[in-house]
Formats: sequence, C-alpha cells, structure tokens
Amino acid sequence: MQKRLVLVLTVLATISLLFVGCGAPASKVIKIATQSPLSGGMSAVGTDIKNGAQLALEQLSGNLTKMGFKVELAPYDDQGNPDTGVANAKNIVADPAVLAIVGHYNSGVQIPSSEEYHASGLANISPANTNPKVTERGYLEVSRICGRDDVQGAVGAQFAAAQKMKSAYVLHDKTAYGQGIAEYFKREAETLGIKVLGFEGTEEKANFDSILTPILASKPDVIYFGGMFDQSNVLFKQARQKGYMGMFISDDGYDSSDSAKIGGDVLLKGAGTYYSTVSGPANVYPGTAKFIADFKAKFGHDPQPFAAQSYDCVAIALQAVETAAKAAGNKMPARADVANAVRAVKDFPGITGTINFNSKGDLTTAKYFVIQVSSADPDKWANNKIAQTLDIAPPQ
Amino acid sequence: MRRITGSAALRELILPLGRMAIFVLGAGALFSAIMVVLAFLCRGSGADKLLLSTQHVDILTYTLSNLPQVLIDGVTLGFVYAAIALGYTMVYGVLQFINFAHSEIFAIGAFAGVEFLIAMNGLGVLATSGPLGPYLYLTMALVVGMAAAGAIAMLMERTAYRPLRDSPRLVPLISAIGVSFALQDIIRLIESLTTGQFYRVIPTFGTFDNRLPLFSFTVSSAPVAVDIQVKSLIVIVAAVAMLVGLNFIVNATKIGKAIRSVAQDRNTAALMGIGVDAVISFTFLLGGALGGAAGVLYALKFTRIDPYVGFMPGIKAFTAAVLGGIGNLTGALLGGIVLGMLESFAGAFLGTFTMGNFGSEYKDMFAFLVLVIVILFKPNGLLGEQVSQKA
Repeated sequence: MQKRLVLVLTVLATISLLFVGCGAPASKVIKIATQSPLSGGMSAVGTDIKNGAQLALEQLSGNLTKMGFKVELAPYDDQGNPDTGVANAKNIVADPAVLAIVGHYNSGVQIPSSEEYHASGLANISPANTNPKVTERGYLEVSRICGRDDVQGAVGAQFAAAQKMKSAYVLHDKTAYGQGIAEYFKREAETLGIKVLGFEGTEEKANFDSILTPILASKPDVIYFGGMFDQSNVLFKQARQKGYMGMFISDDGYDSSDSAKIGGDVLLKGAGTYYSTVSGPANVYPGTAKFIADFKAKFGHDPQPFAAQSYDCVAIALQAVETAAKAAGNKMPARADVANAVRAVKDFPGITGTINFNSKGDLTTAKYFVIQVSSADPDKWANNKIAQTLDIAPPQ
Repeated sequence: MRRITGSAALRELILPLGRMAIFVLGAGALFSAIMVVLAFLCRGSGADKLLLSTQHVDILTYTLSNLPQVLIDGVTLGFVYAAIALGYTMVYGVLQFINFAHSEIFAIGAFAGVEFLIAMNGLGVLATSGPLGPYLYLTMALVVGMAAAGAIAMLMERTAYRPLRDSPRLVPLISAIGVSFALQDIIRLIESLTTGQFYRVIPTFGTFDNRLPLFSFTVSSAPVAVDIQVKSLIVIVAAVAMLVGLNFIVNATKIGKAIRSVAQDRNTAALMGIGVDAVISFTFLLGGALGGAAGVLYALKFTRIDPYVGFMPGIKAFTAAVLGGIGNLTGALLGGIVLGMLESFAGAFLGTFTMGNFGSEYKDMFAFLVLVIVILFKPNGLLGEQVSQKA
C-alpha cells in the first residue's frame, strides 16, 4: 500500500511539473486556432482543413514575426460533434493569445460554437460552413469565404431541372446542414415543376433496406441527399444494388475522395452521380497551382476540398492581426480590432479568388459548382468533371 | 448417464429448423395481415389520396406490391439479430448477467472478416478465384471473424468477468460497459494506426450483389417482380446453419450438457466434476463466434463498418433476447425474427401511411417501444425466461 501511495504521489508531482512548464509567460505569442474533425469518419477533410491552415501559417506569418510576434497554430478536434466543438470553443476563448479561429467543417458544430466566439469578440473565419444561419445572425465576428446552402440547394434543383428530371425523392441526415440544404432543394425543385415524392430524414448509417422500399416504389428520376458522404454513399450503393438506375444528386458534404471508396463504380452507372459544392477541386481556382504543389510536397497527397479555403482563411486572419497590431503600435491587438479588420478586408487576393465581405459576413459573390463523379478511383477524385460553374451573390 | 442416440441427435437438427420455419411464417403472416388490414382501413384517407396523386396507385395495391420485398428484408435482418441475440442469451443463461460488450464482439468479428477480405483483395486473389472462389473466401472470412470474436470474448471473460464472478450482479454489468467502451476505442486505435481509416468497406467480389428473381405476381393489373439479393440469401442460409449448429451443440453433445448443467446450478455442477471455468469460457467462445459471424454477414449485407457499428444492432439484439425471454435460446430466435420484421415493416410503410409526417426515421423507436412494453407487461418475454434449463 505504501509503495502504491509513493507511486501515485510521484506521478502527480511529475504531472504538476509539466503544467509549471506550460505556464511560462510568453506575452508576444499570437495563436490562430483551428477547429475541424481530426478524428472519426470526416477526418480526411477535417485534417486537410488543419493542414491548409498550417501551410498558410508557415508561408505567410513572416510580417508578424518581423514585428516581434511568435505566431502559432492551435489545432482543435471538434469530432464533427456540436458538444465537443462548444467545449473546445470555451477553451479557445479562454486563451488570450488566440486572436482568430479558422473553422468548422460542419454547420451544426459551427453555429453553437460561434456563440462562444461572439460572446468574447473572437474573429471566426469559416472555410466550409454553408448553412444560412452562420451569417444570418449578423455577428460581426463570424465571416465565411464559401457560399450558402439556400443558394446551393437551389443550384442542385436547377441542375436537376436542366437535366429534364421530373420527380425527386429528398432525404437528409437531420443535421442543421443536411436538413437545411434539403429543404432549399425541395423548395426550388417544386417551383421548377419537379414533383417531390417524399422528404425524409434519417440517421441510419448502414441498413437502408426499409428506407429504400418506399423510395424505389415511387420511382423517382432523382434521389437527392442532403448530408455527409459517409451516409449518402452507403444509401446510393444499396439503391443501385436494388436496381435503381436514376440520378443521384448530393451537396458539398458529398465532396470527399472517400465517396469513391465507399460508393465505388455504382456511382457511375445509370444516370450518374452529381454533387453541388461551394468549393471546386483546388485546381479550378486560378491562384492555387503553387498551393497544390506545396501542399503535396509537405503532406504527400492532393488537398481535400476546403484545404485551399482554409489556407485563405488563415491568410485573411494573419493580415487582419497585422493591421490591428500596427494600429495598436506593434502591441498585441484587441480581439475586437482583429474582428473589425477581418470584416474590413477589401479585394483580398486569396488563392480561391478575390475576397470581399458584405455586412453579414458573406462573400459579395460566391462560386457554386455542380460536379459529376467521373471515376471510382479515390485518387482521381480531384479530377471529377465540373458540369456547371456559377457566380451568385448571396440573398439579402 | 443416458447416451445421446443418433435419432435424438437428428431430432435436435430438425426441430430448430421446424421452429424457424414456424417463426418466420408466423411472424410474416401476422405482420402482413396487420398491414393489409391497416391498408384496407386507410382507403380513402389522405395517405391514399396522396399516393393516387403522386404514384397513381391506391394504398391497398401499394401495400400488397411492396409486401414480399419487405418480408424478405425483414427475414434477413431478423436472422442477423437472432445470431447476435443468442450471444446475449447464452451468457445470461450461464452467468445471469447482461454482457453489454457483446455488441463490440460483433464489431470485432466484422472488422476481422473485412480486413481479411481487404488483404485478400490486395493480393489480387479475390477477383481471379473462379466461380466457387468467392464463396470459399467468404467462408474463410467468416471463420476469421468467428475466431477473432470468439477469442476476444474468451479473453474478455477471463480478464473482466471471472475476477468479479462472486460480486453482486451489478458489478460485472458495469465492467461489461467499461469493456464495451474500451473495445470500441481499441478497434478505433488499431484502425487509425494501421490503415488511418475510420471506416472500412467490404471489397466487391463474386456475384453477391446480383439479384435472383424469385417469382412475380400481378396486383390490380400491375406486374410485381420479387427478387432476392444473393447476399441476403447467403446471410439467411449462414445464419440458419449456425443456429442449427448451436442448438445441436447445446442440446445433443456432452459439452452442451455441461453448459446446461452449469446454467442450472453452478455449484452442484462443480461437485459433479464439471470444470465450471472451462465451460463458461466455452460459452463465451460460442456466443462470441456467433456474434463475430453475424458481424461478417452484416458487413457483407450493408457494406460499410466503423468502430461503433455494433452499438445499434447490439442493442436491438438485446431487445430481441428480452422479447423472446432472456436465457432462452428459442426465444432469442423468435425475438430476433419478430424485431427484424417489425423494423422492416415500420421503415417501409410508416412514411407512406402517415403522409411523410412520421417517416422511417422513427423505425428504431419501435424496437425500443417493444422493449418497454415487454418489460412492463411481460418481463419474462414471449416464451418465458427459462429458469430450469437456461443456456
């Protein structure tokens, strides 16, 4: 017993020493935090959001270093889970060195987490959150450099109508993101005269047998899925195996090379598989050639969707911090000043285009794409064929 | 000591087959009848009008034409649940506690089988193995899954349950929940370290995705073709074979007799010279192997697995075991089939009958509603908890 007590005390002492080490004062450290799913089913995209941010920080923090600051990345894993995201957010806002947060892959995580950022005035630049509510709350702190679901869902429906589709069955994953975009798809589809045969949410991830029965019985031209690729692909695969040969349409949550891995060649059969997205493959943007080369050299694979957007988010954050720091006489700037500086960027030359924010924090014009899955090989995901590119201003 | 005669052994092989046929036909007929009556009552309702306007069929035709496919899906799912439920029920029979880690044993079996197939696919032997080759590799994957799951189940019993055997019954239950979390994260850890993947997809090989036409019939002059996927057939055949095998082991072999005696009275069995620890280990091996095989079959049918894949099937199989009467092998079979059918029917018809207001997203609710009702009104289950002859 005595021995065990000694052991416990030693361990405790070691741990407390570690914390002492962390507590060393470092007044001129600036941290840019990221939040994205680094573990779990969505980690492929989430990790590249972090990697894109890391690359930007390494390449673009030179000015701040010259001013005497040490710039660090503070990556957090939100696991695609709102609870984890909010818990991380509380830690992030409690660290005074954090001056901006780049993040979230899932709107359902970003929306509650950003309440914390808003409460403490911390600037949040989002690379991927498309739910309208992200900016509709009118928070000064929250801006995004991607499009919105109300436009994206409509783009999907317009595409279906242009392909002469007459009926659609709409499914979603019951998250803020998936259900939101599915509703916008449905609304636009009905206006365009596409008959919506059913509208349903499901959290099922493996067994779609019984959900597919009414879908297949109603023989829709299109099955639309609002949600993430790890669910939709299993559904699409099982539908094809049950003999469905119509078209699949999904959203930017579908945009991951894992889609080809799960779905396989059934995605290419029948009328094919399409997805709308706010983030084209990195190679469609004029400024990304160097980014792709650097990314590949550093991380050994092609960037997943949203990595380039994440790079731009950090670039904007660094510029805003620099502006605010200069205004404060080369001292640590206040969070509110950084948030104002983010919103004030004008014609920012990002690698994904020229960036201007409107008063809500949306891009003044955002790009939307409809992309066709053209290979069952995950390594060729970035070469999927673009069926349509649109520049659309956000609704006011 | 009565020797087990050949005819008695034969009876133990035929009897469960007969029971399965009765359960499947009975549950199928009951659910179909309920559905047809419901559809009959709903004629002229809003749901009927909606169907007429969107799909040009009335609700009765719609129900009748979808019924066979729903039944096939239900039976397939039911046998998967039954195979998992047997693991819960056997352990309960012998030790009187719920092994909540059984859902992770199922996941381990699924991962072992799928990893084996992925490795074989990597070697390129899956695609080039001739007409019978895919079946051979699938059998091997089943064996790998059963071996891995059975071994882990035994290890789990030895490390997490045996030291607690004489503690109050709540203690091993808590230990089981701990083991369950630990196993989930161990699978996650191993997969992230070796493959960097969160979920695995079973390789496509052989002709398992093809569909065999069964029969066709005409409802209101619209032809309806009914077919079954080859892999659904494999799931059903494999599950039936395993259930018959298990029934034979438990009821017609020496070790089966030992299991039954330990279930009746552990102390007396020990006095009679039965190695209680070995018998309990064997029970875990059997239950684990069945769960592991169910995992491989589940992966074959539904293609995608992740470390948390066991949770939902596990908890539904537990419901099935309670529904049939926990500790009762026949009960687990009945419970599994009823639950599989219930889920399949609810998922397929709920949305249509409620005009989309109450869709198939609520299908899981039925499983748990059943659990609540059984616990409230018939805590011993449909066939009763077997006290005298558990296991």
